[in-house]
Amino acid sequence: MEAKTLIAKRVAQEMVDGDLVNLGIGLPTLVTNYLPEGVRVFFQSENGLIGMQALPEKAAAFEDLTDAGGTPASFIPGAAAFDSVASFGFIRGGHLDVTVLGGLQVDEGGQLANWMVPGKMVPGMGGAMDLVTGAKKVIVAMTHTAKGSPKIIKKCNLPLTSVRRVDLIVTEMAVIEPSDAGLVLKELAPGVSLDEVKAATEAELLVPDDLKEMALAA
Amino acid sequence: MSKLCSCSCAVESIDDGSSVMIGGFMGGGSPHRLIDELVRQGKKDLTIIANDTARPGIGIGKLIDAGAVKRLIASHIGLNPETQKRMIANEIEVELVPQGTLAERIRAGGTGLGGVLTATGVGTVVAEGKQTVEIEGEDYLVETPLKADFALIHALRSDMFGNLQYLLTSRNFNPSMALAGETVIAEASEVVPVGMIPPDHVETVGVLVDHLVSWEA
Repeated sequence: MEAKTLIAKRVAQEMVDGDLVNLGIGLPTLVTNYLPEGVRVFFQSENGLIGMQALPEKAAAFEDLTDAGGTPASFIPGAAAFDSVASFGFIRGGHLDVTVLGGLQVDEGGQLANWMVPGKMVPGMGGAMDLVTGAKKVIVAMTHTAKGSPKIIKKCNLPLTSVRRVDLIVTEMAVIEPSDAGLVLKELAPGVSLDEVKAATEAELLVPDDLKEMALAA
Repeated sequence: MSKLCSCSCAVESIDDGSSVMIGGFMGGGSPHRLIDELVRQGKKDLTIIANDTARPGIGIGKLIDAGAVKRLIASHIGLNPETQKRMIANEIEVELVPQGTLAERIRAGGTGLGGVLTATGVGTVVAEGKQTVEIEGEDYLVETPLKADFALIHALRSDMFGNLQYLLTSRNFNPSMALAGETVIAEASEVVPVGMIPPDHVETVGVLVDHLVSWEA
């Protein structure tokens, strides 16, 4: 299975029926394809819609309805539109159950850096800082390494997105839960060994006795 | 008194060096005809306050391409490499603001608040140079209000008085900017007679709108 698919499938298992969910651009949006049966969530797009869905094939695209990446989108019956002030009120105000974001680095404190590489890539934080600060649950969905270099490291050296500790890290190799004690390795992807994960991780991982194989279906 | 005017007439009132808020999110909900007219009239040294600069050749990206922008306050420029290039070359001064903070700073500017307190950005580079206050044990950044000389708004529908209605995700920053601009120029996809928009459906009140540019004007 392709890394991104595996990550999206695992993240989808975290969704609870009725959740209000915000998905970052890119990999996180794949999560919509793998929601467990019977789980219906409401997707918020920070440009002003709750109840967003992907544009159905052959449906007309128009500029007044896009996702947060500017891609034409659609909505489910019962959707609601609002302005940016209200949209970030939902996010900061603790009304958003889950946000799924990509990451450049996560460290032993569970802190995330995902919005700039000084001197190289300066996209801006967009809504990421508000999302990580305000959502009830923050899931980082990312590949375990970048060009072979660990992304889960001792201390972030890129600018932080928030000082808030993220709740879960899902990669194609493992599921890791930051805690007061440090990063707890909860699950290994099918066919991946503990040693392989440790070798691909710079941060210290706490390995519990009940280390499981990654749960890909409910 | 009619607020209806031509695009060129409305844009002529914007001097070089003005601060201009422009609605829109990746081009959606941006006043495209007003942007085109700013480019056509060769405006320069503008301070643009907007969520993003769309992409090269699209929406606010056209102002970047034309070299009309001296300073930019935005939350995201990741999909416009031209903006990033000009920022790195020091041709445009860019202030990056978290999106929710940008929305609230504009709201504060438009509603007479001295600023807003937000936990977003605490302990990050965004906090540098800013005051932090503790409220009930939590830290918050003091974020200052934003206003502008002009606000350029896109709406789905306007009546002749300037009451505005928006559509779906093209609403975004438009309603809050309509309060924060000293002079507000609205571009509507259609203009209808006064009374056609029921009071409960008016999202931006016509008294805020100074000039109205319709497709017909």
